[in-house]
Amino acid sequence: MRRSAAAILGVLGGMVAGAALIRRQTAHRERADLYFEDGSMLSLTNGSPGAERLLPLARQIISRTRAS
Amino acid sequence: MNAQQALADLTEISSQIQSAVVFDDKGKVAGSTGGNGDVLARAASELLATAEELKTGDQRLTQLEVATGEGSVFVVREGKTCIAATTGADPTVGLVFYDLKSALRSVEKAPPKRRPATPRKTAAAAKPAARKKPAPRKKKPDAS
Repeated sequence: MRRSAAAILGVLGGMVAGAALIRRQTAHRERADLYFEDGSMLSLTNGSPGAERLLPLARQIISRTRAS
Repeated sequence: MNAQQALADLTEISSQIQSAVVFDDKGKVAGSTGGNGDVLARAASELLATAEELKTGDQRLTQLEVATGEGSVFVVREGKTCIAATTGADPTVGLVFYDLKSALRSVEKAPPKRRPATPRKTAAAAKPAARKKPAPRKKKPDAS
């Protein structure tokens, strides 16, 4: 009985940890890259003030285009 | 090639692109892959304007990619014409930019509007209607 409870807890813990890892990786992948005329590039990663403005707009565009 | 044809070719070539729209700097849609071209063009214009506010130097923003967990949004600008596209997650960024630029360059520029024809002045019309003949020369009185 104890063994099965421990196994269930272990599986649940693993799932939570896995979900957290995937979420973290996904969040890390979110970014905005701006390319300028002179060839320079500005990369704004998730969490930066610039990305905080661009990412919601991009999410909105993707959800709208997929909905229709 | 018109914008609609260019977008049809683009979606045929690139399987990564889910939707795309060609529009000008005033938001006028020249062509789109779906019925939501206006929505995508407006949102992409807003995205460009926001990105313009974030830049630090004087250089003009020519292209951008915003990657989210659900997919990416690409915008490429050449002159007054822009192309925006959405893809799935983790696209091949360089390839998508290349395809978008190719599509944008293939979009034929609209021919300049012709002015309404105005009647030209012909050589005959330009001449005064009644031209007086020069007065006949008077003969000099003979010295003899």
